[in-house]
Amino acid sequence: MMAARYSNWMGQKPLNAWAMMGLLALGCLYSVVVALYALDVPMRFHALVFAAAFLAGIAVIADQFSVKRDTSGYNDAIIRYGIIASMIWGVVGFAVGVYIAFQLAYPDLNFDTAWLNFGRLRPLHTSAVIFAFGGNVLICSSFWVVQRTCRARLAGDIAPWFVFWGYQLFIVIAGTGYLMGVTQSREYAEPEWYADIWLTIVWVTYLAVFMGTLFKRKEPHIYVANWFYLAFIVTIAMLHIGNNLAVPASIFSSKSVALFSGTQDALIQWWYGHNAVGFFLTAGFLGIMYYFVPKRAERPVYSYRLSILHFWSLIFLYIWAGPHHLHYTALPLWAQTLGATFSIMLWMPSWGGMLNGLLTLKGAWDKLRTDPVIRMLVVSVAFYGMSTFEGPVMSMHWVNGLSHYTDWTIGHVHSGALGWVGFVSFGALYCMTPWVFGTKRLYSTALVEWHFWTATFGILLYITSMWVSGIMQGLMWRAYDSLGFLEYSFVESVEAMHPYYVIRGLGGLLFLIGGVIMAYNIFMTAKGRVRASEIDASAAVAVPAE
Amino acid sequence: MTHKPKKDEVTGVYTTGHEWDGITELDNPMPRWWLYILYACIGIAIMGWIWYPSWPVWKDGEMTYLKGVSGYSTRAAVTRELGDIAAERSVYLNEIRDMDLYDIQKNPDLLRISLAGGAAAFGDSCAPCHGSGAQGFVGFPNLNDDAWLWGGTLSDIAQTIRHGVRWEADPETRMGVMQGYLSDGILSRSEVTDVVQYVLNFSGRAENQEAVARGSETFANICSACHMEDGTGNTMFGAPDLTDPIWLYGGDPETIFRSVAYGRAGVMPAWAGRLDEATIKQLALFVSSLGGGTDPVDQ
Amino acid sequence: MFKFSHGIIEKNASLLFVLTLIVVSIGGLVEIVPLFWIKSTIERVEGVRPYTPLELAGRNIYVREGCYTCHSQMIRSLRSEVDRYGHYSLAAESMYDHPFQWGSKRTGPDLARVGGKYSDEWHQIHMENPRSIVPQSVMPGYPFLAETRLDVDGIENVVRANRAVGVPYDDAMVENAKADLLAQLDPFGDVDGLFERYGENVAVRDFDGNPRMVSELDALIAYLQMLGTLVDFSAYDATIPGNER
Repeated sequence: MMAARYSNWMGQKPLNAWAMMGLLALGCLYSVVVALYALDVPMRFHALVFAAAFLAGIAVIADQFSVKRDTSGYNDAIIRYGIIASMIWGVVGFAVGVYIAFQLAYPDLNFDTAWLNFGRLRPLHTSAVIFAFGGNVLICSSFWVVQRTCRARLAGDIAPWFVFWGYQLFIVIAGTGYLMGVTQSREYAEPEWYADIWLTIVWVTYLAVFMGTLFKRKEPHIYVANWFYLAFIVTIAMLHIGNNLAVPASIFSSKSVALFSGTQDALIQWWYGHNAVGFFLTAGFLGIMYYFVPKRAERPVYSYRLSILHFWSLIFLYIWAGPHHLHYTALPLWAQTLGATFSIMLWMPSWGGMLNGLLTLKGAWDKLRTDPVIRMLVVSVAFYGMSTFEGPVMSMHWVNGLSHYTDWTIGHVHSGALGWVGFVSFGALYCMTPWVFGTKRLYSTALVEWHFWTATFGILLYITSMWVSGIMQGLMWRAYDSLGFLEYSFVESVEAMHPYYVIRGLGGLLFLIGGVIMAYNIFMTAKGRVRASEIDASAAVAVPAE
Repeated sequence: MTHKPKKDEVTGVYTTGHEWDGITELDNPMPRWWLYILYACIGIAIMGWIWYPSWPVWKDGEMTYLKGVSGYSTRAAVTRELGDIAAERSVYLNEIRDMDLYDIQKNPDLLRISLAGGAAAFGDSCAPCHGSGAQGFVGFPNLNDDAWLWGGTLSDIAQTIRHGVRWEADPETRMGVMQGYLSDGILSRSEVTDVVQYVLNFSGRAENQEAVARGSETFANICSACHMEDGTGNTMFGAPDLTDPIWLYGGDPETIFRSVAYGRAGVMPAWAGRLDEATIKQLALFVSSLGGGTDPVDQ
Repeated sequence: MFKFSHGIIEKNASLLFVLTLIVVSIGGLVEIVPLFWIKSTIERVEGVRPYTPLELAGRNIYVREGCYTCHSQMIRSLRSEVDRYGHYSLAAESMYDHPFQWGSKRTGPDLARVGGKYSDEWHQIHMENPRSIVPQSVMPGYPFLAETRLDVDGIENVVRANRAVGVPYDDAMVENAKADLLAQLDPFGDVDGLFERYGENVAVRDFDGNPRMVSELDALIAYLQMLGTLVDFSAYDATIPGNER
């Protein structure tokens, strides 16, 4: 049989497989050359990783196309991979976050090494949770949603898999780079030039797959979730390219020099940074919300007209808000004014999403009691509403003067990241897992309850401790005594933070424990198991109590 | 799928007639309050654009921006605020700036203000090296004791703060050289060992009286120029007293050997320019008050 | 008469794509592009010069270690910041910073004017073990910097790349990058070329207290010690309209 399979090794492959293998071979060759002439160790290491990955790609394609491929129906295999990848990166990202939180409380945890110090691990944490966890959730959920709401199989045969594996390769390159000190030190855009180029290729392919599926759709109208997914993909491409323009010290060096400098560079960075929040962490996840909330609640979306207005106003206004990260700085005030005013105008467009999410539950509120997954989705929307109110408040000069540079910002980010992005992702993953793994239900609903309450309690500890510490920091830094002398030295403010940093770390730990419970639940579901004590209960629940 | 709009049984609202994977949409209007707040926010934004510098515009052949009717500038505002506060505080700050340190010390009000101001400035500027309790660290002098490398009078302390110690950029900085007598090839290893024993002998800790005897000549020829014959030091050169139990780098034989063999050249930045004169004087008074001042008034 | 319906956009993926791209492009264009054109964006001041090769190498280490995650380099125009850290930061002071390192968080203090605030020895001890000298500090120790040789040969490429993005390094500065880097560490060596190219206010000394090795700590301290020292604020007129914010 093996002989039969490989005797026809050459003939059965379609042109696209040959073309892809050719491209990967070229990439592999180039990587080997770079590895040979690399000027620094990280560059050599990464070139070898690329070469190995390209070789593996060739091998996989050669193997997959040696038999006839079934391309009928939906492409759900890629979603199974995406769910598993999301869970792995999620737990890793949360764990690194907990670790660096405790580093701030107990600095001996830095162990005085280069690899483990806070400065290198912090980008590892942010990138792991935003891009590795969040990115995988977005990619796999968008692939699910776009296929179902277009009634069309995902465009391309190799392309979606290239997006998935290419994205994982980017994560590995970026993450190992941070540990070795390969960074541009641009917040949330730390990966160096070659990783950025690779991500650009992957991302444009992602856009092509998504657009291609829209073109193939059998539904006359494009569903609102896909508007948000599309805006997310398009805008992230624009932001990623704009903010990462740089000149490498050499094509054999991992070091690059940013194209822009000083004030202009600052605004470009925060145009990127704020819209990484606006489009990666908001628009993309609104796409998730618009599919999974009505689907799980089995209710119509509250208002089509609200969808239209809040979509266009949100994507138009968000882009302008970046300068609010630069209040009172050397950025000209005119730009700061635009940043602050657009942030205020952004309040209602953001809440439009919250309203459409929450009001969709009209007539299905009782599900909150019985279904922890829908509860997770709803709580995420509530956190979204809270963060998007807090944001405009913090963007006003007189509040920002106090909050900027403090832990208040960290708390704000985490109420959005843990509460909104985290919970809406968990909800979507809990929904999709039984669907794509072909099981009737999750391994355990009780474990979802445990996850929900552990994580919720963790978030509350996290954001309350950061509010207190942030406002306290801000007030200590600006406190004057009656004679007009500064009341506190800086280091006294550092000392005062300690208890809050411990509480924050514990909050993060609870969130991580919730993530581990979830990972276990997902893996057991994927194996087709149902928790023994819940087998009977599930039968009982199947009949809704009237 | 597209079909006729259907009435939703729960809310009585019609759907739009489209369906995606079982999901439909209701044709609810946008909530009124939502729209009104949106308009209000837009109104606030427009007022902001009128009042503050905002939109970039092309004017008179070059790119500029709308200045706003208020003419507000964060920099002008903070400059004005600082100026106003300085004017308010000038009553006492100018006096501190212009008065003699010893006269300030005799004036209870000004002294109280100076000690508060000195303590405030100390926290951010001095404590990183000298410790938040001014207790010092190895290589960074304790300011609570009675030992002063460069003199402990108020004017000495102020002078040291103003111009620093071995601070290259300041021509008036305190200079004194403790070179590496072994590393610079002036003394042999055994000569250094001997002179270390001689130094230890000041505090009765010599282990080898023969070495002390041998070291005496070296000390007299070389060390006494700065540390004086009796080892009590000289604040003119920042040469420490070798007879007391206070050691900046450590008083054990090994550390003293290292100091003699390889030299010491502690550096303190000059604060004139970074801090204003009134603050420097406040710091001098504060540091002096920590317990170790050697001013005539104290005695 | 043509009546607009959102259905037109909803039914056309290309149209949705194009409109989305246009809508998300406007804000960035209007805010960013004028910054390059409006003359007052960067103040006119004396003294700002490109980093010397040693300082630039130190800055690369600052970037590599992610110092921006805890330290800002931007003193805001607020009373308490000016009182604590000194004159508010000017745009001109970071005009050669590729990338900018203004930061967004102060777990540690602002470093925009840390240059000359502490002695080299303090930095050496503090980098080795911050808590040995500031017991309340939560900063990681960086003992490996003093033990790691600086990549001296790589600096020419970095200087050249900086020139490519507009920093006014001339041919001589690029060619002599390595020589200038080494010259700045040797007070007894030939510093004429270094001074000629970068000015006489460049600090020349062995920064890490170990003359036997050119370490990463040498470069980092050289960078930290020049931060915020270039502009002479006694000659700066804040009231010139272009200098306002």
